[in-house]
Amino acid sequence: MTSAAPATAAVPLGSPAGAAPGWSAVRTTGLTRRFGTHVAVDGVALEVPRGAVYGFLGPNGSGKTTTIRMLLGLIAADDGEIELLGRPMPERLADVLPRVGALIEGPAFHPHLSGASNLRRLDVSDATADPATSRARIGQALTRVGLTAAAGKRYRSYSLGMKQRLGLAAALLQPRDLLVLDEPTNGLDPQGTREVRHLIRDLAADGTTVLVSSHLLAEVEQVATHVGIMSAGRLLRQGPLTEVLADGVAVLRVTTPDLDAAGDVLGRLGLASVRTDAEQSCVQARLGNVLTEDVAAELHTAGVRLRGLTVERPDLETLFVSLTGEGFDVVE
Amino acid sequence: MSSSEPVAAAAAPPWRTAPHLPGAFRRLYAGEMRLVLGRRRNQALLGVLAVVPLVIGVAVRLSTPRNGDGPQFLSQIAGNGLFLVFTALTVALPFFLPLVVGVVAGDSIAGEAGTGTLRYLLAVPVTRGRLLAVKALGVASCTALAVLVVALVGLLAGAVLFGLHDVTLLSGDTVSLADGLLRTVGVVVFVVVALFGLAAGGLFVSTLTENAIAAMATTIGIAVFSALLDAVPELRPIAGALLTHHWLGFGELLRTAPDGGALLRWSLLHLAYVAVFLSLAWARLQTKDVTS
Repeated sequence: MTSAAPATAAVPLGSPAGAAPGWSAVRTTGLTRRFGTHVAVDGVALEVPRGAVYGFLGPNGSGKTTTIRMLLGLIAADDGEIELLGRPMPERLADVLPRVGALIEGPAFHPHLSGASNLRRLDVSDATADPATSRARIGQALTRVGLTAAAGKRYRSYSLGMKQRLGLAAALLQPRDLLVLDEPTNGLDPQGTREVRHLIRDLAADGTTVLVSSHLLAEVEQVATHVGIMSAGRLLRQGPLTEVLADGVAVLRVTTPDLDAAGDVLGRLGLASVRTDAEQSCVQARLGNVLTEDVAAELHTAGVRLRGLTVERPDLETLFVSLTGEGFDVVE
Repeated sequence: MSSSEPVAAAAAPPWRTAPHLPGAFRRLYAGEMRLVLGRRRNQALLGVLAVVPLVIGVAVRLSTPRNGDGPQFLSQIAGNGLFLVFTALTVALPFFLPLVVGVVAGDSIAGEAGTGTLRYLLAVPVTRGRLLAVKALGVASCTALAVLVVALVGLLAGAVLFGLHDVTLLSGDTVSLADGLLRTVGVVVFVVVALFGLAAGGLFVSTLTENAIAAMATTIGIAVFSALLDAVPELRPIAGALLTHHWLGFGELLRTAPDGGALLRWSLLHLAYVAVFLSLAWARLQTKDVTS
């Protein structure tokens, strides 16, 4: 799809490692917003490298949407600074936002207009959008989200999933350097969810940076290269997905008949919480900074007969729950 | 933040601002008008306005009103269809026109906030200044259109039912039909400008809330409240400054020698209301948190 993106999509991909020199797709420092006495967003320093698919996670009420609204200049920050695509916001809003597609807290369109007419309204509102290509771009956007057949129907009659798709189409009316998608799979069936995942992958492959907020952790884990985890207005963790996951406690499990010898080796290597389970004939310990291959070599040297050696790292959900707490309560 | 590359690009990311294309504001305005005029509710309201002169015209045709009864100019209609325009405007000004202006102006921004489309417009981006400009222009256009509907339907119905003749003015002098039509244009312009004051008020109210119905009701309430104050004898000293006080002043144009100074003074008062309300709307919109 790069062919459809002439001059506007000329941004080179950022270094995928995340340590973007110079400028990032999104960068905030000390971003803070209070509503009365409630601090909705508290000193958040987001760093979304160019080319990343950044999963923005957090329980309901953790400040994700408030952060996103501040990024897009919809609400003012009390404190802190924002840069989108290397330019300060909201000062350079008029320059930056044409290159940013957004789905903000669910789709919103005029119920009495058709899907296509709603997109047309948004496209004519964009001072940088070429009217000569408007029809074609609207058609492409509708095709890309699988809504061509319902283009002429009134928005009023759309199902929740179709509304969500139209919202995505609106974000794709122009070639974008950055997509901000707040809960893009809300209301979609499993098939639709898959399609959105593919769409995000395609867009990222074209070089678009994607900031996607979601509470569906398994979803995010499948597409994200980076994650940030919010809770109660603070950004608790952020970074490449693999690094963030590595922060979690990895558990090493040695299955062997030589339980005592294995336990000695693990203790000697400095692994914490060594626990012997005679019934399962295995020894468990927290891996910490020790490399798995070193453990294997030591066990071999000590003549421990191995039946199995596994390392279990927590998945995103486990990590998320350990950081933000269990339960359904909205965090105040 | 380790980096082996030069960070010269830090200050200026390698992309250039996409230029605003020619005609961008015109397209934005056309889209706005399509949206507003495409709504059945607004079409129905314009229809109601068209009915006003028709009802009066037919009623007068079927009966002969006695002199002095009914609204301004009523007794002159039978003699000259042109007076149907003035009578219809007189009848529509206290309520029907403020109703239409209130609905369109009150809905303009609050309606978008209520449906959530405001956040998407701002994210396009339509900057807040442009948004206010296009909304103000849209509301002004609808106000003018509403007055034109009453005037044109009045003129047409008057011509068909009673014919158009030389115009006998309030002072008794008679002027040519062409002169009369010219004065009618003046009347329409005066009424449109008068209603702009209310329209700007509605636009301001519309920036205050996400509830479009409340904004519409408040705007119509402004006109009603102003008329109410106008009717209180004790408030006569300030009556001249009220939003609605001079709305019917267009009668001045039907005198042999209209008091141009007075007409200008009244119109400037209405434009002063526009300036105040637009400033308030701008200040409010610039700082508004869009949380809907």
